[in-house]
Amino acid sequence: MKRYLKVLGLFWSTAIAAELEYRLNFIVTALISLGGLAGSLFGLSLFYRTGYEFEGWSWEAALLVLGLFTVLQGFSATVLIPNLNKIVTQVQEGTLDFVLLKPISSQFWLSTRIISPWGLPDVLFGLVMIGYGGSRLGLGWADYALALLPLIFGAVTLYSLWFMLGATSIWFVKIYNVTEVLRGLLEAGRFPIAAYPVAYRVFFTFVVPVAFLTTVPAQAMLSQGGRWWLLASALLAAALMLMANRIWRFALRFYTSASS
Amino acid sequence: MQKALKIARVMLSVYYAYMVEYRAELVFWVLSGTFPLILMGLWVEAAQSDRFDLTPTELVQYFLAVFLVRQFTVVWVIWEFEREVVEGKLSPYLLQPIDPAWRHFFSHVSERFARLPFAVLLVGLFLLLYPYAAWLPRFDNLVLGLLAIVLAFCLRFLMQYTFALAAFWTERASALEQFWFLLYTFLSGMVAPLSLFPDAVREVVLWTPFPYLIYFPASLLINRPQNVAQGFMAMMVWSALFWGLNRWLWRRGLKQYSGMGA
Repeated sequence: MKRYLKVLGLFWSTAIAAELEYRLNFIVTALISLGGLAGSLFGLSLFYRTGYEFEGWSWEAALLVLGLFTVLQGFSATVLIPNLNKIVTQVQEGTLDFVLLKPISSQFWLSTRIISPWGLPDVLFGLVMIGYGGSRLGLGWADYALALLPLIFGAVTLYSLWFMLGATSIWFVKIYNVTEVLRGLLEAGRFPIAAYPVAYRVFFTFVVPVAFLTTVPAQAMLSQGGRWWLLASALLAAALMLMANRIWRFALRFYTSASS
Repeated sequence: MQKALKIARVMLSVYYAYMVEYRAELVFWVLSGTFPLILMGLWVEAAQSDRFDLTPTELVQYFLAVFLVRQFTVVWVIWEFEREVVEGKLSPYLLQPIDPAWRHFFSHVSERFARLPFAVLLVGLFLLLYPYAAWLPRFDNLVLGLLAIVLAFCLRFLMQYTFALAAFWTERASALEQFWFLLYTFLSGMVAPLSLFPDAVREVVLWTPFPYLIYFPASLLINRPQNVAQGFMAMMVWSALFWGLNRWLWRRGLKQYSGMGA
């Protein structure tokens, strides 16, 4: 465990040092995040403009969901996209061999090798939005703390789904765009799940668990969700994490490197 | 003229063959454009409250049309062009007696044909989910709609290719497109039909090229044409502007270009 932490420290310090060579990039990404934020707010306001409300979600509560979505978007830009989208390249070019030879878990290596600070503006703007919505609703620190656990479960769920899709590249090689499909579907997390028709709700709860990523943490913040949702979210995260690991090990049996 | 036709035919068939090689990949690209379908769910649910001017049926039709238009106007030339310039791969293409833009153009066009069956299938699936919304465009609207889609694709291609030319000066030309894409996402009518925008915003947006890329062709397809002549005019004007800018940047850029072997 200690060894892994040390390795993680080394990974991230080198990655950040490398990324900081492109400082102008930071301004560019911050501008793009800001634009995205303005756009999302505009999109949401189109629904609330005429006095319509997503069932049971006031404008401020919907802002919490959008804020959580933005935070998770930042998380995936920081950790998930730079690492997991590279698995495909590793398989294609046969460089996965070098990873497998290293004396640490290959899943750990593939998932944590790089960290890219360019997702941070999104995390920051997301937190600001949550703070704004929360203060309008009179939420206190205790309420925010309640959302922390489901949010972590949500992040784990997101990671596991993404990693599993990445792992399928061992069989299909050119799978880069499967993660694009996932990203497209995750866009649904911008809005509380109650805003969708029944068929969509079922799909986004049981097939692609978008509901657990943003709606469940927001409900926890509002003290609405109840214990069962928290439990379900924990179980889902644990199950998917386990499954991701199993699928990876299974997939590796089918890996025929470039040379052997 | 005959030579141009021949080049077009050869390029189309070559790139079509390329595209069909990765059919599975194509399915995933089609599926990754589900954003309008997600918003369809939201708006259908919202319209049942009677607080909006449009009925659920109209909204289902609108977003299915948006989905189709979007499928036919997907453009990715900037990523390829940027790589060609950064890696110096553009150089050999400059030697060919045809502008490299056409290669990209025809690869996009032939991809449309390869994508068509999957997109239609997905629309069919959603019509099963909302059978009451099934509709047929009137013949004249269909013709005008198809023409608008073709023009929308050309305009979007032209805009992105113009931004791509920035790759001659910077390594991050795609950042321009990312920013432009945000405007495109939120102002083109992909998140909501323009008639649901606040009036002031709509007035401004109609002066930008964005609504003509999605909203205008989509409303033709669902038999709700709006200011047809004005729409086609706007597309022409924007295309001309970007065409001029594009050629100017291309000439300047080639002088700037110092890739391997140039």
